[in-house]
Amino acid sequence: MGSKQTNAVPFHGTAEQEAQLRAMVEQLKDTKGALMPIMQKAQDIYGYLPIEVQTIISDMTGIPLEKIYGVATFYSQFSLYPKGQYTISVCLGTACYVKGSGDVFEKLKQILGIDDGQCTADGKFSLEACRCIGACGLAPVMTINDDVYGRLTVDELPAILEKYKD
Amino acid sequence: MFRSHVLICGGTGCTSSGSLKIYEKLQEEIDKNGLSKEVQVVKTGCFGLCANGPIMIVYPEGTFYSMVNVEDIPEIVSEHLLKGRIVTRLVYQETVEENGIKSLNETDFYKKQHRVALRNCGVINPENIDEYIGRDGYQALGKVLTEMTPEEVIQCILDSGLRGRGGGGFPTGRKWQLARNIVPNADQKYVCCNADEGDPGAFMDRSVLEGDPHVVLEAMAIAGYAIGANQGYIYVRAEYPIAVQRLEIAIKQAREYGLLGKNIFGTDFSFDIGLRLGAGAFVCGEETALMTSIEGNRGEPRPRPPFPAEKGLFQKPTILNNVETYANIPQIILKGAEWFASMGTEKSKGTKVFALGGKINNTGLVEIPMGTTLRTVIEEIGGGIPNGKKFKAAQTGGPSGGCIPAEHMDIAIDYDNLIAIGSMMGSGGLIVMDEDNCMVDIAKFFLEFTVDESCGKCTPCRIGTKRMYEILDKITKGKATLEDLDRLEELCYHVKANSLCGLGQTAPNPVLSTLRYFRDEYIAHIVEKRCPAGVCKDLLSYEIQADKCKGCTACARVCPAGAISGSVKNPHTIDKSKCLKCGACIEKCRFGAIIKK
Repeated sequence: MGSKQTNAVPFHGTAEQEAQLRAMVEQLKDTKGALMPIMQKAQDIYGYLPIEVQTIISDMTGIPLEKIYGVATFYSQFSLYPKGQYTISVCLGTACYVKGSGDVFEKLKQILGIDDGQCTADGKFSLEACRCIGACGLAPVMTINDDVYGRLTVDELPAILEKYKD
Repeated sequence: MFRSHVLICGGTGCTSSGSLKIYEKLQEEIDKNGLSKEVQVVKTGCFGLCANGPIMIVYPEGTFYSMVNVEDIPEIVSEHLLKGRIVTRLVYQETVEENGIKSLNETDFYKKQHRVALRNCGVINPENIDEYIGRDGYQALGKVLTEMTPEEVIQCILDSGLRGRGGGGFPTGRKWQLARNIVPNADQKYVCCNADEGDPGAFMDRSVLEGDPHVVLEAMAIAGYAIGANQGYIYVRAEYPIAVQRLEIAIKQAREYGLLGKNIFGTDFSFDIGLRLGAGAFVCGEETALMTSIEGNRGEPRPRPPFPAEKGLFQKPTILNNVETYANIPQIILKGAEWFASMGTEKSKGTKVFALGGKINNTGLVEIPMGTTLRTVIEEIGGGIPNGKKFKAAQTGGPSGGCIPAEHMDIAIDYDNLIAIGSMMGSGGLIVMDEDNCMVDIAKFFLEFTVDESCGKCTPCRIGTKRMYEILDKITKGKATLEDLDRLEELCYHVKANSLCGLGQTAPNPVLSTLRYFRDEYIAHIVEKRCPAGVCKDLLSYEIQADKCKGCTACARVCPAGAISGSVKNPHTIDKSKCLKCGACIEKCRFGAIIKK
C-alpha cells in the first residue's frame, strides 16, 4: 500500500516539537485504542512519522516499535518520508476517473518529473493519487494542500502550478 | 426576528467551489447595507445539487441561486435583499417561469425525491444544536427513554423493515436484537458508527455528517439504550475534515445540553460518544476490520463467527451501523414503523440516498423511495447524459458492485433486484458511464483499487486480485488470448468463494458484471485488438484525414517522436511505427483532422 521512496532525508526535529509530542502522548496514552490517535497527532506535529518519532511513541507507551511500524505502513495516511511544501492530490475515485482524472494525473507526473508518492528535488511539490474526496459533483478534482480545483482540464495545469512557484 | 434568511451550502462540494468566500462577502455586504439586523446568513449542509454549486437559497421567497460568484454578491444584496427584486439571471434556470419563480420542489431534480435521511441537510445550521432541536431533534431519544422499553425499541425497528444502508442490507432490528440478547449480563457493550465511507464516488454519509451531525448522535444513543451499551464510537474518514469538525462541535453541544453523558433526560441511562479517525484504508469499512482499527491495530478483518454481536470491539458485544442507517432511526421512532414500512418495495423499505456522479448532468445527492426505477433517477432526476451522448451503464456498489446496462434501466431499485442483475445496492454511489467509457478499462480500474486496498491477510484476495488485474491489463494492451479470459473468469469464482472478508468476496464483481453484459467488448480487445470506446491507449491508432488537413504543420512540430511528416499546405501523414499515441497532435490540430480509432 502506498509508494515507497528510498532517498533518506535526515531527521530535523526540534526540541519544541519533541516537547509537544511528549505532552500529547502523555495525555492520550491511557485511553483505549490510543495508538492511532497518537500517531495522527504526531504526524500533525512533524508532517511525517520518521523512525525517531515512532521510537519515542514506543518508549512512552510501551507498544513495541514493530507494531507501530506495522500500523504506520498499513494506512495510506501515514507517511514515513517528509512531504513537499505543497502536496498535490489527484482524485482517482470513480466519478473523477470516468471524467478523465487519469489524464490529469499523468500530465502532472510529466510536468513535475516525479511519480506517484514522490517529492520534487526542490522540496516544493509532492504528488499523490487519492481516493474520493467526496467532491464528485466537481469531477475531475485535485487538491493542492487545502485548495480544491474542480472541473479540471489538462491545459489548466501549468497555470495552476505557476501560482505556487514563488 | 429576521425578515429574510439566506441559506448557503457549506458542504464539501460547494466549499470546493468557493462557498466560504461567498459567505464572507455576503456578511460584509449585508453589514455595509445596514441589513445585519434584518437578514440572517446560515451556513448549512448539502442541498444535493452539487453540479450547480455554489448554491444559495433566499427565504421566505425560496429563491434558488446557483453557480454564484463572489462578484455577484453585491448585486444580490442590493437588488434582492435590499430592494426585493430577484436577480433572475443568477437563479437556477429551471425555476424561472414567465410570471415569477417556481418552488424548488417542483423541479425535475427534486420533485421525485423523498427526503428522510437528508431531511435536515441544507435546511438547518449543522453547527447549532438548537436548530436540530427545532426540527424535532432529540425528541425520539426522549420518547425512547421515557416511554419505551428496549425491547419495544427493537421491535419498532424490526417492524419498520429498515435494512443496513452501508451495502450489506442486513435487517437493522435483527442486528440490535442479537446484540441485546446473545451475551446475557455482558459487563460492557458498544455502539459503533461506520462513517468510513470508502467507496470512490460515494458521498452520502459525508453529506449527512456535514449537514445533520446530531441525527447520528441521537440515533446512536437510541441504539445504546436498545442494546444496553453506554459507549459509542464514530469511525470517520480523516479525509472528511468538515465532517470531523462538525461532529466534534455536535458532540460538545450535546454534552452541554445533557443529551450525551450521564443520566440523560434524568433517567438512569448514560451514554457517551468518542470519535476515531480512519487513516485511509478501504478495508476498514468492513465491520471486523473497522473494530480492529479502533483498537489501534492494522485494520485487518477477523474471521466470523464470532460475530460482533457476540465479540466485537475490545471483544465485547458490539453493533455497527452505517451513517445513513442511523439517520433514519429517529424518524422511525417518532412517526412509527408503519409509516416507514409504507415506503419502498416488499423487502426493501424506506428510501435510499444515492450519490449521482460521472457522465450525468445533475451530479449530486438524491434520496428516492426504494422501488424507483433507474431510468427515473438518471433521465428525470439526473437530467440525462451531457453532450447528447448515449447511456452505456450505471455502476453501483463501488468496487464491490457491478454495472447495470441500458437493458435494465426500468428495473425498480431495491436490494434484491440489484443483486439479481449482478450488481448491488452498496452504500449508494451511482456512477453513470456513456459510450466513451470502456468497460474493460473500468473493470481494470476497480481491480487496481482492490489490489491496492487488499490488506494482505488472506491469500485469495492478496494474490488472486493481483493476478486478475494482470490479466485485465493484458487484455487492455491487446496481448491476451481467449484462454486468458477463461482463466480470468475461473479466478473470479475462486476469489469470491475463498476470501476472508467482504472486500475479497466482492472484488470480482466489477469483472463478472462487465463480462455478463459487455463480453463483446472483451472479445473485441482480445480478438480484434480493438477498443470500441477508444480508451485503451495501446489499441488506438491515430490517423490524419486528408480531406480535413490544411497542411499547417502544427502537428508535425508538436509530435515528440517525429512521427508526422508532410509538406506545407499538403495533407500530412502519421508513421504508425513511430507514433507514441500521446495525443499531442490531436490537442494541437485546429481543424479536427486527426482521429483516433
